[in-house]
Amino acid sequence: MAELLRRLLRTPQGLLGVLIVGLILVIVVCGPWLAPYGPDTMAPRLRYRAPSAEFLLGTDQYGRDILSRLLYGARSTVILACLATAFGTLAGALIGTTSAFLGGRADEAIMRTIDAILSIPSLLFALLIVNLLGKSSFSAVMAIGIAFTPGMTRVTRSVALAVTKQDYVNAAIARGERGGYIVLREMLPNVVAPIVVEMTIRVAFAVMLFATLSFLGLGAQPPSSEWGLMVAEARRFMHLSFWMILWPSLAVALVAIGFNLLGDGLRDALNPRT
Amino acid sequence: MSPSYFVKRLALIVYTLFVVSLVVFGITQVLPADAAVMLLGENATPDALAAIRDKLGLDQPVWVQYGHWLWGVLQGDFGVSLRTGQPVAPVLLEALGRSLTLAVLTIALMLVLALPLGIVAALRRGKLADLLVSIVSYVGVSLPEFVTATLIVLVLADWLQLLPATGFVPLTENFWDGLAHLALPVLTVSVILIAHVSRMVRSELVDVLHTDYVRAARLKGLSRRSVLFHHALHNALLPTITIVALDVGYLLGGVIVVEEIFALPGIGRHLIVAIQTRDLPSIQAGALIMAATYSVVNFMADLAYAWIDKRIQYG
Repeated sequence: MAELLRRLLRTPQGLLGVLIVGLILVIVVCGPWLAPYGPDTMAPRLRYRAPSAEFLLGTDQYGRDILSRLLYGARSTVILACLATAFGTLAGALIGTTSAFLGGRADEAIMRTIDAILSIPSLLFALLIVNLLGKSSFSAVMAIGIAFTPGMTRVTRSVALAVTKQDYVNAAIARGERGGYIVLREMLPNVVAPIVVEMTIRVAFAVMLFATLSFLGLGAQPPSSEWGLMVAEARRFMHLSFWMILWPSLAVALVAIGFNLLGDGLRDALNPRT
Repeated sequence: MSPSYFVKRLALIVYTLFVVSLVVFGITQVLPADAAVMLLGENATPDALAAIRDKLGLDQPVWVQYGHWLWGVLQGDFGVSLRTGQPVAPVLLEALGRSLTLAVLTIALMLVLALPLGIVAALRRGKLADLLVSIVSYVGVSLPEFVTATLIVLVLADWLQLLPATGFVPLTENFWDGLAHLALPVLTVSVILIAHVSRMVRSELVDVLHTDYVRAARLKGLSRRSVLFHHALHNALLPTITIVALDVGYLLGGVIVVEEIFALPGIGRHLIVAIQTRDLPSIQAGALIMAATYSVVNFMADLAYAWIDKRIQYG
């Protein structure tokens, strides 16, 4: 673990990724305590303020402090994106390892179907599921999770296929272990590393997708301070204060960049060839 | 490309389209506990519910509904919009035309910028140009379309007042004005694609430049330029076909967002409106057309790839 961290910090992407994601985690955990104002505290006389000493990032159309809203909103933005990714990964890992384990025709049939489902673009898939479940943060999380499942299935299966050929799996089969035991206890632990890499990069996607859904009015709902929603609301007031739309946009971008860098750094660190 | 490859790939695309139609129909019409209540809301009168059940055939068995819908789709009949009462297909076709214009221009701009960027980065590996290209592409792939659009509108439309931020003028009506209205949407969607494709081109070309045959070509005295253009590029750019085809998925997602932001009446905006107004036949038609477009583009890319690269066999 320490060795992994050392390798991770040696690459520029890894180092930057760790720093940015670390900063984001601090904000997610301590955001509400760091915020100078409440996220919904309105000040009708102080609307559309540009950044100043009093309001570091300015105020929005209700005179709410944008910095405080961003700090509070980190939770709904980042945690939900992580949850959605975890959900998609878990489902994908189960289907993928099972398919690889079954092999033969069953594997072929499962994977062809997964490929077919993959041909539905993720945003479109997520839109359909949100349409089914109704507009809310919860359904956005489910939608992203389900939309990620086929992709994660592909990744896990290809890793698991390599693992199936290993002796310890054959040994478990020879011992007469049940299929479920072999998949969960023998195979899954060995496919974890590549999956973690894929997951990290997907968190970046999930943040982008989640913010996009909220932006389209189909994810988090007002008065939430989810960042995509903040951008969507600020659009109408862009001419009065562009700071309102700039900050949450940059926040989304920063999170996505952070997780992308961390994912690439992890890939290099976990890859023994480099 | 062997005939058996073609037949197998064709069977696969038919199966793909079948699964896609099942998924689209399933999550729009079958999975909701009661599609009629979902469409009209909890407070709908029993008469209204009965009417819409009758209209959409919701009281028939699921497979009959699906069969009926699919049969209509195969004949180009996507049903009647619940919002406007007009047939869905003609309206959607018109919207699709506008979206395709947007998509084609985006891909063209992407190829014009991404290929040179990727090639320059690969040739100057480790130098300043490479670093710049990788930083830009990192930022590019991490910006959701709505953020890119926001920044682009802030700078180009609001601040510099160079280009119009919303609206749509058909190219056939006024070419230059139409192009000006498409400029910001095209720019927005292409950012993520340029970033991704230039990165892929760079890494492919870096790999190819390290192969033995490239070294052999250099050793027999060919110039760097000649090796690049006659030996390396051909092989390095081949995988780009597949990458671009796969990126059409992002492109479609981007089109949805961008059309909503720039008020461009294409298929993406159509879909969002349909979802917001719970217009079931329009949702189904829009989703099916987009997903089918993606599958067919990838099908054609695979065929093109197999046709160019004789080694490809169906595995």
